[in-house]
Amino acid sequence: MNNNLYNYILGIADNSLILGQRLGELCGHGPSLETDIACTNISLDLFGQVRSYFQYAAQIANDGRSEDTIAMLRTERQYVNVLLVEQPNVDFAYTITRQFLFDVYHYKFLVQLQKSNDATLAAIAKKSIKEVSYHLRFSSDWIKRLGDGTEDSHNRIQNAVNDLWAYTDELFHQTPADKTMIAEGIGVDTLKFKDNYFKEATEVLIEATLVVPDLEYFQKGGKEGVHTEHLGYLLAEMQYMQRTYPNMKW
Amino acid sequence: MKKEWPLWEVFVRSKNGLEHRHFGSLHAADADMALVNARDVYTRRSEGVSIWVVESKHIKASNPEHNGELFEPAQDKVYRHPTFYDLPDEIKHM
Repeated sequence: MNNNLYNYILGIADNSLILGQRLGELCGHGPSLETDIACTNISLDLFGQVRSYFQYAAQIANDGRSEDTIAMLRTERQYVNVLLVEQPNVDFAYTITRQFLFDVYHYKFLVQLQKSNDATLAAIAKKSIKEVSYHLRFSSDWIKRLGDGTEDSHNRIQNAVNDLWAYTDELFHQTPADKTMIAEGIGVDTLKFKDNYFKEATEVLIEATLVVPDLEYFQKGGKEGVHTEHLGYLLAEMQYMQRTYPNMKW
Repeated sequence: MKKEWPLWEVFVRSKNGLEHRHFGSLHAADADMALVNARDVYTRRSEGVSIWVVESKHIKASNPEHNGELFEPAQDKVYRHPTFYDLPDEIKHM
Protein backbone atom coordinates (compact mmCIF):
# COMPACT_ATOMS: atom_id res chain seq x y z
CA MET A 1 0.00 0.00 0.00
CA ASN A 2 1.19 3.47 -0.90
CA ASN A 3 0.92 5.21 2.47
CA ASN A 4 1.80 8.63 1.14
CA LEU A 5 -0.88 8.50 -1.52
CA TYR A 6 -3.43 7.16 0.99
CA ASN A 7 -2.65 9.92 3.48
CA TYR A 8 -2.64 12.50 0.75
CA ILE A 9 -6.15 11.51 -0.34
CA LEU A 10 -7.38 11.64 3.26
CA GLY A 11 -5.91 15.13 3.55
CA ILE A 12 -8.04 16.29 0.65
CA ALA A 13 -11.19 14.35 1.49
CA ASP A 14 -11.34 15.06 5.24
CA ASN A 15 -11.70 18.80 4.53
CA SER A 16 -14.80 18.13 2.44
CA LEU A 17 -16.16 15.52 4.86
CA ILE A 18 -15.98 17.73 7.94
CA LEU A 19 -17.19 20.83 6.15
CA GLY A 20 -20.04 18.80 4.65
CA GLN A 21 -21.02 17.58 8.12
CA ARG A 22 -20.97 21.15 9.48
CA LEU A 23 -23.21 22.35 6.64
CA GLY A 24 -25.47 19.35 7.13
CA GLU A 25 -26.13 20.53 10.70
CA LEU A 26 -28.03 23.41 9.13
CA CYS A 27 -30.57 21.08 7.52
CA GLY A 28 -33.89 22.42 8.77
CA HIS A 29 -32.11 25.18 10.72
CA GLY A 30 -30.94 27.58 8.00
CA PRO A 31 -31.87 31.24 8.27
CA SER A 32 -34.45 30.89 5.48
CA LEU A 33 -35.83 27.98 3.49
CA GLU A 34 -33.78 29.06 0.45
CA THR A 35 -30.42 29.40 2.24
CA ASP A 36 -31.12 26.21 4.19
CA ILE A 37 -31.45 24.26 0.94
CA ALA A 38 -28.43 26.05 -0.55
CA CYS A 39 -26.19 25.06 2.38
CA THR A 40 -27.36 21.47 2.40
CA ASN A 41 -26.92 21.28 -1.40
CA ILE A 42 -23.29 22.31 -0.92
CA SER A 43 -23.04 19.72 1.83
CA LEU A 44 -24.28 17.00 -0.52
CA ASP A 45 -21.85 18.10 -3.25
CA LEU A 46 -19.00 17.76 -0.77
CA PHE A 47 -20.14 14.32 0.44
CA GLY A 48 -20.33 13.17 -3.18
CA GLN A 49 -16.72 14.22 -3.68
CA VAL A 50 -15.71 12.55 -0.41
CA ARG A 51 -17.18 9.25 -1.56
CA SER A 52 -15.03 9.28 -4.71
CA TYR A 53 -11.90 10.03 -2.70
CA PHE A 54 -12.59 7.41 -0.02
CA GLN A 55 -13.51 4.73 -2.55
CA TYR A 56 -10.15 5.34 -4.15
CA ALA A 57 -8.40 5.35 -0.75
CA ALA A 58 -10.08 2.04 0.16
CA GLN A 59 -8.88 0.56 -3.11
CA ILE A 60 -5.30 1.66 -2.35
CA ALA A 61 -5.45 0.31 1.22
CA ASN A 62 -6.85 -2.97 -0.09
CA ASP A 63 -7.21 -4.48 3.39
CA GLY A 64 -10.97 -4.57 3.94
CA ARG A 65 -11.36 -0.87 4.64
CA SER A 66 -14.28 0.70 2.82
CA GLU A 67 -15.38 4.25 2.10
CA ASP A 68 -17.73 3.91 5.09
CA THR A 69 -15.19 2.66 7.60
CA ILE A 70 -12.72 5.34 6.53
CA ALA A 71 -15.35 8.01 7.00
CA MET A 72 -16.97 6.73 10.18
CA LEU A 73 -14.57 4.60 12.18
CA ARG A 74 -11.48 6.70 12.71
CA THR A 75 -10.71 8.47 15.98
CA GLU A 76 -10.31 12.22 16.28
CA ARG A 77 -6.52 12.26 15.94
CA GLN A 78 -6.77 10.25 12.72
CA TYR A 79 -8.71 12.98 10.91
CA VAL A 80 -6.41 15.31 9.01
CA ASN A 81 -8.75 18.10 7.94
CA VAL A 82 -7.66 21.72 8.41
CA LEU A 83 -8.95 23.47 11.53
CA LEU A 84 -10.95 25.97 9.46
CA VAL A 85 -13.59 23.49 8.31
CA GLU A 86 -14.37 22.12 11.79
CA GLN A 87 -15.21 25.57 13.22
CA PRO A 88 -18.86 25.72 14.33
CA ASN A 89 -21.85 27.44 12.69
CA VAL A 90 -21.95 30.27 15.22
CA ASP A 91 -24.30 32.24 12.98
CA PHE A 92 -24.90 32.60 9.25
CA ALA A 93 -21.96 35.04 9.01
CA TYR A 94 -19.59 32.36 10.38
CA THR A 95 -21.02 29.72 8.08
CA ILE A 96 -20.54 31.96 5.05
CA THR A 97 -17.06 33.18 6.05
CA ARG A 98 -15.83 29.65 6.73
CA GLN A 99 -17.26 28.56 3.39
CA PHE A 100 -15.75 31.48 1.51
CA LEU A 101 -12.26 31.10 3.00
CA PHE A 102 -12.35 27.42 2.09
CA ASP A 103 -13.96 27.81 -1.36
CA VAL A 104 -11.29 30.22 -2.64
CA TYR A 105 -8.69 27.62 -1.68
CA HIS A 106 -10.71 24.60 -2.81
CA TYR A 107 -11.30 26.02 -6.28
CA LYS A 108 -7.63 26.87 -6.86
CA PHE A 109 -6.63 23.49 -5.50
CA LEU A 110 -8.92 21.57 -7.86
CA VAL A 111 -7.77 23.60 -10.87
CA GLN A 112 -4.27 22.25 -10.19
CA LEU A 113 -5.36 18.73 -9.17
CA GLN A 114 -6.87 18.28 -12.62
CA LYS A 115 -3.28 18.18 -13.90
CA SER A 116 -2.23 15.45 -11.45
CA ASN A 117 -0.23 12.49 -12.76
CA ASP A 118 -2.74 10.31 -10.92
CA ALA A 119 -5.59 9.79 -13.38
CA THR A 120 -8.21 9.04 -10.69
CA LEU A 121 -7.46 12.19 -8.69
CA ALA A 122 -7.43 14.26 -11.88
CA ALA A 123 -10.83 12.83 -12.84
CA ILE A 124 -12.35 13.52 -9.41
CA ALA A 125 -11.01 17.09 -9.60
CA LYS A 126 -12.48 17.57 -13.03
CA LYS A 127 -15.88 16.38 -11.88
CA SER A 128 -15.84 18.42 -8.66
CA ILE A 129 -14.70 21.74 -10.04
CA LYS A 130 -18.08 22.75 -11.47
CA GLU A 131 -19.68 22.23 -8.09
CA VAL A 132 -16.97 24.13 -6.28
CA SER A 133 -17.10 26.96 -8.77
CA TYR A 134 -20.75 27.39 -7.76
CA HIS A 135 -19.90 27.18 -4.05
CA LEU A 136 -17.38 29.97 -4.51
CA ARG A 137 -19.88 32.13 -6.34
CA PHE A 138 -22.47 31.54 -3.63
CA SER A 139 -20.18 32.31 -0.69
CA SER A 140 -18.48 35.34 -2.34
CA ASP A 141 -21.88 36.75 -3.14
CA TRP A 142 -23.04 36.40 0.47
CA ILE A 143 -19.79 37.89 1.83
CA LYS A 144 -20.52 41.00 -0.23
CA ARG A 145 -24.21 41.11 0.67
CA LEU A 146 -23.57 40.79 4.39
CA GLY A 147 -20.50 43.05 4.46
CA ASP A 148 -22.18 45.74 2.44
CA GLY A 149 -25.62 45.15 3.99
CA THR A 150 -26.97 46.44 7.29
CA GLU A 151 -24.89 47.55 10.26
CA ASP A 152 -25.73 44.30 12.04
CA SER A 153 -24.79 42.06 9.09
CA HIS A 154 -21.58 44.06 8.54
CA ASN A 155 -20.53 43.68 12.18
CA ARG A 156 -21.34 39.99 12.27
CA ILE A 157 -19.40 39.15 9.13
CA GLN A 158 -16.46 41.30 10.23
CA ASN A 159 -16.51 39.44 13.52
CA ALA A 160 -16.47 36.08 11.73
CA VAL A 161 -13.61 37.21 9.45
CA ASN A 162 -11.63 38.37 12.51
CA ASP A 163 -12.07 34.98 14.16
CA LEU A 164 -11.60 32.70 11.17
CA TRP A 165 -8.75 34.49 9.39
CA ALA A 166 -6.29 32.83 11.80
CA TYR A 167 -7.13 29.46 10.20
CA THR A 168 -6.32 30.43 6.61
CA ASP A 169 -2.57 29.92 6.69
CA GLU A 170 -2.93 26.23 7.59
CA LEU A 171 -4.53 25.58 4.20
CA PHE A 172 -1.02 25.92 2.75
CA HIS A 173 0.78 23.86 5.36
CA GLN A 174 2.45 20.85 3.72
CA THR A 175 2.80 17.51 5.49
CA PRO A 176 5.54 14.99 4.59
CA ALA A 177 2.92 13.06 2.55
CA ASP A 178 2.01 16.27 0.70
CA LYS A 179 5.66 16.96 -0.12
CA THR A 180 6.28 13.45 -1.43
CA MET A 181 3.17 13.59 -3.59
CA ILE A 182 4.13 17.00 -4.95
CA ALA A 183 7.59 15.69 -5.85
CA GLU A 184 5.95 12.81 -7.74
CA GLY A 185 3.69 15.15 -9.70
CA ILE A 186 0.59 13.66 -8.07
CA GLY A 187 0.00 16.30 -5.41
CA VAL A 188 -0.68 20.00 -5.84
CA ASP A 189 2.02 22.45 -4.77
CA THR A 190 -0.30 24.73 -2.84
CA LEU A 191 2.47 27.26 -2.14
CA LYS A 192 2.35 28.20 -5.80
CA PHE A 193 -1.08 29.76 -5.38
CA LYS A 194 -0.80 30.94 -1.77
CA ASP A 195 -0.14 34.59 -2.68
CA ASN A 196 -2.94 34.49 -5.18
CA TYR A 197 -5.29 33.03 -2.56
CA PHE A 198 -4.69 35.88 -0.14
CA LYS A 199 -4.89 38.44 -2.94
CA GLU A 200 -8.27 37.18 -4.15
CA ALA A 201 -9.77 36.66 -0.70
CA THR A 202 -8.64 40.16 0.28
CA GLU A 203 -10.16 41.68 -2.85
CA VAL A 204 -13.60 40.22 -2.10
CA LEU A 205 -13.43 41.27 1.56
CA ILE A 206 -12.45 44.82 0.60
CA GLU A 207 -15.27 44.97 -1.94
CA ALA A 208 -17.55 43.87 0.90
CA THR A 209 -16.29 46.93 2.88
CA LEU A 210 -14.57 44.63 5.40
CA VAL A 211 -11.20 45.01 7.07
CA VAL A 212 -8.70 42.20 6.55
CA PRO A 213 -7.10 41.26 9.88
CA ASP A 214 -3.38 41.88 10.19
CA LEU A 215 -2.19 38.74 11.92
CA GLU A 216 1.27 37.42 12.64
CA TYR A 217 0.27 34.21 14.35
CA PHE A 218 -1.89 31.63 12.58
CA GLN A 219 -3.47 28.48 13.98
CA LYS A 220 -2.39 25.08 12.74
CA GLY A 221 -2.42 21.42 13.74
CA GLY A 222 -5.41 19.85 11.98
CA LYS A 223 -3.31 18.34 9.23
CA GLU A 224 -1.29 16.52 11.92
CA GLY A 225 -4.46 15.38 13.66
CA VAL A 226 -4.27 17.96 16.45
CA HIS A 227 -7.70 19.56 16.40
CA THR A 228 -9.68 22.28 18.14
CA GLU A 229 -12.16 21.23 20.82
CA HIS A 230 -14.98 21.38 18.27
CA LEU A 231 -14.08 18.32 16.21
CA GLY A 232 -14.78 15.75 18.94
CA TYR A 233 -18.38 16.88 19.27
CA LEU A 234 -18.83 16.89 15.51
CA LEU A 235 -17.50 13.34 15.23
CA ALA A 236 -19.62 12.15 18.16
CA GLU A 237 -22.72 13.20 16.27
CA MET A 238 -21.50 12.02 12.88
CA GLN A 239 -20.33 8.60 14.07
CA TYR A 240 -23.07 7.94 16.62
CA MET A 241 -25.08 5.43 14.58
CA GLN A 242 -22.10 3.39 13.38
CA ARG A 243 -20.61 3.29 16.88
CA THR A 244 -23.86 2.37 18.59
CA TYR A 245 -25.08 -0.11 15.98
CA PRO A 246 -21.91 -1.40 14.30
CA ASN A 247 -22.32 -2.30 10.62
CA MET A 248 -25.80 -0.89 10.55
CA LYS A 249 -26.91 -0.18 7.00
CA TRP A 250 -29.50 2.33 5.85
CA MET B 1 -39.99 42.67 13.85
CA LYS B 2 -39.18 40.33 11.04
CA LYS B 3 -38.79 41.78 7.59
CA GLU B 4 -39.42 39.27 4.82
CA TRP B 5 -37.67 39.36 1.49
CA PRO B 6 -40.01 40.00 -1.46
CA LEU B 7 -41.69 37.06 -3.13
CA TRP B 8 -40.60 35.87 -6.60
CA GLU B 9 -42.27 33.53 -9.08
CA VAL B 10 -40.02 30.93 -10.70
CA PHE B 11 -40.36 29.61 -14.24
CA VAL B 12 -38.22 26.70 -15.41
CA ARG B 13 -37.66 25.28 -18.89
CA SER B 14 -37.22 21.58 -18.37
CA LYS B 15 -35.49 21.00 -21.68
CA ASN B 16 -34.59 22.89 -24.82
CA GLY B 17 -37.55 23.35 -27.12
CA LEU B 18 -40.13 23.31 -24.35
CA GLU B 19 -41.66 26.42 -22.84
CA HIS B 20 -40.86 27.80 -19.38
CA ARG B 21 -43.40 26.54 -16.87
CA HIS B 22 -44.35 27.96 -13.50
CA PHE B 23 -42.58 25.90 -10.82
CA GLY B 24 -43.41 27.82 -7.67
CA SER B 25 -42.31 30.81 -5.69
CA LEU B 26 -39.61 31.78 -3.21
CA HIS B 27 -38.20 34.69 -1.23
CA ALA B 28 -35.11 36.67 -2.24
CA ALA B 29 -33.66 40.13 -1.70
CA ASP B 30 -33.15 40.84 -5.40
CA ALA B 31 -33.29 39.25 -8.85
CA ASP B 32 -29.78 37.77 -8.70
CA MET B 33 -30.47 36.10 -5.38
CA ALA B 34 -33.83 34.89 -6.69
CA LEU B 35 -32.07 33.12 -9.59
CA VAL B 36 -29.54 31.48 -7.27
CA ASN B 37 -32.26 30.44 -4.83
CA ALA B 38 -34.38 29.07 -7.67
CA ARG B 39 -31.42 27.02 -8.84
CA ASP B 40 -31.03 25.55 -5.36
CA VAL B 41 -34.70 25.05 -4.57
CA TYR B 42 -36.11 23.89 -7.91
CA THR B 43 -33.38 22.49 -10.16
CA ARG B 44 -31.17 20.42 -7.86
CA ARG B 45 -32.51 17.17 -9.31
CA SER B 46 -31.74 18.33 -12.87
CA GLU B 47 -35.23 19.57 -13.58
CA GLY B 48 -34.19 22.40 -15.85
CA VAL B 49 -31.95 24.06 -18.39
CA SER B 50 -33.15 27.65 -18.01
CA ILE B 51 -34.73 29.71 -15.23
CA TRP B 52 -36.79 32.90 -15.28
CA VAL B 53 -37.72 34.78 -12.15
CA VAL B 54 -40.13 37.67 -11.81
CA GLU B 55 -41.12 39.51 -8.68
CA SER B 56 -44.64 38.39 -7.80
CA LYS B 57 -45.93 41.94 -7.47
CA HIS B 58 -45.39 42.44 -11.21
CA ILE B 59 -47.94 39.77 -12.04
CA LYS B 60 -51.46 41.10 -12.64
CA ALA B 61 -53.87 38.33 -11.75
CA SER B 62 -57.52 38.00 -12.59
CA ASN B 63 -59.91 38.45 -9.69
CA PRO B 64 -61.65 35.19 -8.64
CA GLU B 65 -64.80 37.23 -7.93
CA HIS B 66 -65.01 37.98 -11.63
CA ASN B 67 -64.83 34.32 -12.63
CA GLY B 68 -68.52 34.37 -13.54
CA GLU B 69 -68.30 37.05 -16.17
CA LEU B 70 -64.84 36.03 -17.35
CA PHE B 71 -65.18 32.30 -17.79
CA GLU B 72 -68.76 31.07 -17.54
CA PRO B 73 -69.96 32.52 -20.86
CA ALA B 74 -67.61 30.06 -22.60
CA GLN B 75 -69.24 27.02 -20.99
CA ASP B 76 -72.38 26.81 -23.18
CA LYS B 77 -70.60 27.54 -26.46
CA VAL B 78 -69.48 24.09 -27.51
CA TYR B 79 -69.37 25.30 -31.12
CA ARG B 80 -66.13 27.09 -30.27
CA HIS B 81 -64.50 23.65 -30.24
CA PRO B 82 -63.91 22.39 -33.79
CA THR B 83 -65.65 19.09 -33.06
CA PHE B 84 -68.44 19.28 -35.65
CA TYR B 85 -66.42 18.42 -38.73
CA ASP B 86 -66.47 14.98 -40.35
CA LEU B 87 -62.85 14.05 -40.78
CA PRO B 88 -61.75 11.70 -43.56
CA ASP B 89 -60.44 8.42 -42.11
CA GLU B 90 -56.98 8.88 -43.59
CA ILE B 91 -56.33 11.95 -41.39
CA LYS B 92 -54.79 10.74 -38.18
CA HIS B 93 -53.77 12.50 -35.00
CA MET B 94 -56.42 15.22 -34.93
